[in-house]
Amino acid sequence: MPTTAETIEQLSTGRDYKYGWSTDIEAETAPPGLDEGIVRFISGKKNEPEWMTEWRLKAYRHWLTMQEPVWPKVDYPPIDYQKVSYYSAPKKAGEGPRSLDEVDPKLLETYEKLGIPLSEQKILAGVVAVDAVFDSVSVATTFKGKLNELGIIFCSISEAIREHPELVKKYLGSVVPYTDNYFATLNSAVFSDGSFVYVPKGVRCPMELSTYFRINAENTGQFERTLIVADEGSYVSYLEGCTAPMRDENQLHAAVVELVALKGAEIKYSTVQNWYPGDENGKGGIYNFVTKRGICEEDAKISWTQVETGSAITWKYPSCILKGDNSIGEFYSVAVTNGAQQADTGTKMVHIGKNTTSTIISKGISAGRGQNSYRGLVQVNKRAKNSRNYTQCDSMLIGNKCGAHTFPYIDVRNNSAQVEHEATTTKIGEDQIFYCNQRGLSEEDAVSLIVNGFCKEVLAELPMEFAVEAQKLLGISLEGSVG
Amino acid sequence: MLEIRNLHARIADEDAEILKGLSLSVKAGEVHAIMGPNGSGKSTLARVIAGDEAYEVTDGSIEFGGNDLLEKEADERAQDGVFLAFQYPVEIPGVSNTYFLKEALNSIRRARGEEELSASDFLKLAREKAKLVELDEALMKRSVNVGFSGGEKKRNEIFQMAVLDPKLAVLDETDSGLDIDALRIVANGVNKLRDQNRAIIVVTHYQRLLNYIVPDQVHVLVDGRIVKSGDKSLAEHLEEVGYAWVDGELKSAQTAGV
Repeated sequence: MPTTAETIEQLSTGRDYKYGWSTDIEAETAPPGLDEGIVRFISGKKNEPEWMTEWRLKAYRHWLTMQEPVWPKVDYPPIDYQKVSYYSAPKKAGEGPRSLDEVDPKLLETYEKLGIPLSEQKILAGVVAVDAVFDSVSVATTFKGKLNELGIIFCSISEAIREHPELVKKYLGSVVPYTDNYFATLNSAVFSDGSFVYVPKGVRCPMELSTYFRINAENTGQFERTLIVADEGSYVSYLEGCTAPMRDENQLHAAVVELVALKGAEIKYSTVQNWYPGDENGKGGIYNFVTKRGICEEDAKISWTQVETGSAITWKYPSCILKGDNSIGEFYSVAVTNGAQQADTGTKMVHIGKNTTSTIISKGISAGRGQNSYRGLVQVNKRAKNSRNYTQCDSMLIGNKCGAHTFPYIDVRNNSAQVEHEATTTKIGEDQIFYCNQRGLSEEDAVSLIVNGFCKEVLAELPMEFAVEAQKLLGISLEGSVG
Repeated sequence: MLEIRNLHARIADEDAEILKGLSLSVKAGEVHAIMGPNGSGKSTLARVIAGDEAYEVTDGSIEFGGNDLLEKEADERAQDGVFLAFQYPVEIPGVSNTYFLKEALNSIRRARGEEELSASDFLKLAREKAKLVELDEALMKRSVNVGFSGGEKKRNEIFQMAVLDPKLAVLDETDSGLDIDALRIVANGVNKLRDQNRAIIVVTHYQRLLNYIVPDQVHVLVDGRIVKSGDKSLAEHLEEVGYAWVDGELKSAQTAGV
């Protein structure tokens, strides 16, 4: 494989998490705990207008009335929300750097280690614009100039709140209201940063927009908020990648992503998630409780693609509300659980408009003692004539201590709808591995090859350069899972 | 090239021995046929040579090119030039035949300290070798063995052999499930791969394959041992009288021994 040499290099140090280093930079961190004062502190740090502070406070007060959900098929000790710090920023933040020259060189080094092509030159050679979020603060957004010419706004959400309040006011919380669910509500109160994208009418964004999230500081929660608005007839492809250092204690990540695809617009949202999964005994690792949802107006399309290899616990259901007639929702997912990882992930496709179509392709891979659940809802409302859904849900088991579970919910209230569900479970075969071995491939390469074949339909949906990264990740995260 | 001495083997974690003291010597350039009734241990022999961990060697040795073969893992044996054409080739969904074979070849080349082939050089090589077994190019793009007919799978095995260019090829019942035309194509492919630097072991139940691939030596395997060796006329004789004949000879030999 083109990547084998690299893979082996990573493997030679054991089943190590490649991104497990932390960066020693001065950070300004809020004391642990959560109350109205902290909410105001965060809002104040960001020089937010009063309406934003009020919105956060409403969310916080609502959160106090809510219970943490217990229905997911994941198991973790209770989280003490008063022990988490809700804000951490590299010092010198506040204003935010105007150009890369102003960014702390140590931070840039960090991003280089992450393999993000952050320096302008590299990016000019590529096709990616990056907004990098380090702990809570958006560090640098590259390629702004070129995007500006097209009227595309790509900036941190904090900047958007200050510079484009009319857009943020109109759309923030329009897809995921602050009352939505326990984690989304918490996020609404304390979100610290994230990305904002606006693509004007009829504009096709010429490059992939990308955000890299990294949790660095100890005992810090990361609560990003991403809002993408694609105006009528526009197109944008967006990718987020995530890593975190190795820490013995669990770190909380509760993000919210809202997508708005107006009439005839298309949003493609891809995630390669590689948060630290914890060690083999389940110590440490990220709790990834994420709410992602998009709304499609008439003739619009939203496509979610996710490759989830990290996190101790993943709780995540990127969803599409197919409100407009003829709108399309897609969900392509690969979720890997190895060691003691647990994932409860899937999607919701809510058909409201006529002739709406949704496709769900989910590939769950369980190894070690990993527990992998697909949970999906396909809902066809009364008015949604001639709606169609196709769901394919495949599970692969490696070894005999892991588990795969499928919870498909189908709720159809219009008899012209057509809903298909297919599910398979396979075990990676010793005969398959022996066949590959006999042709000269090592066991790691064999597993990687077979798994990548299993996930092919999903990987094919990722932008090319990220597909390669995802393939590598799959190989690395399953290292040592056979034999 | 290949020296098997007093080989004893069984399925891992099971008591019953399948190979019970098998010895065999194959030189480079030779084609040996191993014939025997069902259950005599033919496929076990093929699997043990290739390094299948489902089998356990309890005694004896295998030397390959002067080195201890049993010391090595299956992938290392392949890298050293051992090839097994499977009786039941395995399906790998989502992995194209071409990609699979390119990865395999480059893995072998890396292990030998040779430079990897680029995608275009590999394709050139693959196209050329595909002709040997009249393999449809469309099959090269499809997932490994998925939806292939029985004949296509067997042809694909010989195609892989042609690309990987092994020093020792073991063909495990490559003729099973083939009609006469497919048999001829596969056999022609194998014949084109006969080479003075390569040893080939043809494992088969029937003599008919040996009409096309004419062996230098024929060995009859019964109950885990080679009980008779000879030239190709042995195979013809066997076809006439059946395995019962060997069984009878074996029993009388054993009785005489007592």
